[in-house]
Amino acid sequence: MFVSGQCGNCYCSRLVIITSRIQLLSVVDRTGTSVLGLFEFVGALATFGGRAVVEAFRPPYEWREIIRHLYQFGYRSAPLVVTAGLAIGVVLSMHTRASLERFGAEAMIPAGLAIALIRETGPLTAGLLVSGRVGAGIGAEIGAMKVTEQIDALEANAVDAFKYLAVTRIIALMIAMPLLTLMMDFAGIFGGYLAEVAVSGMSWQLYFERAFGYITYSDLIPATFKTVVFGYLIAVAGSYLGFTTSRGTEGVGEASTRSVVMGSMLIILGDVILVKIIFFFYPPVSG
Amino acid sequence: MTPDEAAVRLDHVSKQFGALKVLDDVSLDIPKGKAFCLLGRSGTGKSVLLRHIIGLVQPDGGKVFVEGRDITALKGRELGDVRKQMGFLFQNAALFDSMSVGDNVAFPMRRHTDWADGKIRETAQQKLAAVGLEKDFDKMPGDLSGGMKKRAGLARAMALDPSILLVDEPSAGLDPITAAEIDELLVETKRSGTTLVVVTHNIPSARIVGDDFGVLHEGRLLARGTLEALDASDEPIVQAFMRSQGGG
Repeated sequence: MFVSGQCGNCYCSRLVIITSRIQLLSVVDRTGTSVLGLFEFVGALATFGGRAVVEAFRPPYEWREIIRHLYQFGYRSAPLVVTAGLAIGVVLSMHTRASLERFGAEAMIPAGLAIALIRETGPLTAGLLVSGRVGAGIGAEIGAMKVTEQIDALEANAVDAFKYLAVTRIIALMIAMPLLTLMMDFAGIFGGYLAEVAVSGMSWQLYFERAFGYITYSDLIPATFKTVVFGYLIAVAGSYLGFTTSRGTEGVGEASTRSVVMGSMLIILGDVILVKIIFFFYPPVSG
Repeated sequence: MTPDEAAVRLDHVSKQFGALKVLDDVSLDIPKGKAFCLLGRSGTGKSVLLRHIIGLVQPDGGKVFVEGRDITALKGRELGDVRKQMGFLFQNAALFDSMSVGDNVAFPMRRHTDWADGKIRETAQQKLAAVGLEKDFDKMPGDLSGGMKKRAGLARAMALDPSILLVDEPSAGLDPITAAEIDELLVETKRSGTTLVVVTHNIPSARIVGDDFGVLHEGRLLARGTLEALDASDEPIVQAFMRSQGGG
């Protein structure tokens, strides 16, 4: 192929121009295809999520499955969330102390820690942890059912597979997420107390008075309830990728990995929007 | 045969996946209470045809009637009502691996009957006993062999005593003795009045189970008739098939 125009020949220069135009068109073509593919994917995911909302209000209500998933997602995620919360509380307390000591404001450590945990660190960290543990599981489980014809078997048994597999998981995770977030918040505050008592010997009563003295319902309720949306996003991403799995076990692995990545991305992006909405309804108070 | 006499009727059914034409204007009547065996090489569209009958795949053209009802026009609960009259034995059994074998068999009863749990359990036990798995009620599907999975799948497919049983490659991947056991179970099912639609490329097995046969080749129904008619066919592919002794 001709790639250089150094010979100075007019014919050669034209060839260089044509070649570079073709390469440019190829790049535009590939970019366009990727963008269209992305739009198609987002559209399909949004349709899937929208359908889940509609189907959630239509009978039959699969209570048995919802409770089973609630146990799987909620109860069985609790040890991970509580352990992570404790560790985060200890670490945050140490960092906060290091910063506030400079200004002689050690008394504010419990309040600062509690506000940070309840408003943002608790919900987001719980969301990311659950995305890793539960999102991957949803993608892998539904994906495996798809490639082993179990989804077809459900349909052949006159069961709406979408409702039975996806909607039940979405509802269960929407219920489990705020509960897990509360666990993380309180585990974190308790972890902060353990760190604080080790350094300053602060009493339990004083620590919790200071921690909750500055917390209002407008800190706790919107921040906790935004994780209902996190639960929805994680479960929709996992279910969608599970239902669209192909290529056997390789596809199942890919669905699992992509569920974690997409679930995490969605909750981080969703958090930005949700915080903006929360600030609109509950403007941050200064001073 | 009038539409009412046919358990299943395919009327000029066509299906294409991308550029690949899988079914090309296939018309077929399957009489009630008979065993129809659909023969053909791998990848000729047999399983796709079977999936059309239970509405897992929608045709691009044509209609599918099940006991007189056009299922291509049905959705949701109406389609579910038709599906309840049918059982489907998948090629790999497709047992729900999060449930025990007993719960797999009980699943259709739990979903579609208002029976007490005791009765469901007892019926599931009977269905498993009918396929020789009465001791395996509490086992998980992962603990079963291929043949046992297929028998458990058959028990689940028969859980609601369907009038039509669809069977996809019943002897695929099984040893000859287990395959013969499955064939015997299918013959017993047929004797109870159930219409069977069996997709297979195992001719010896089809000879045991079938009353009526069809050969699908490159998406078209190449031949249709009794065993004798197919044995006497001039069509080279049909001849090659009917002479074959292998399968599985």
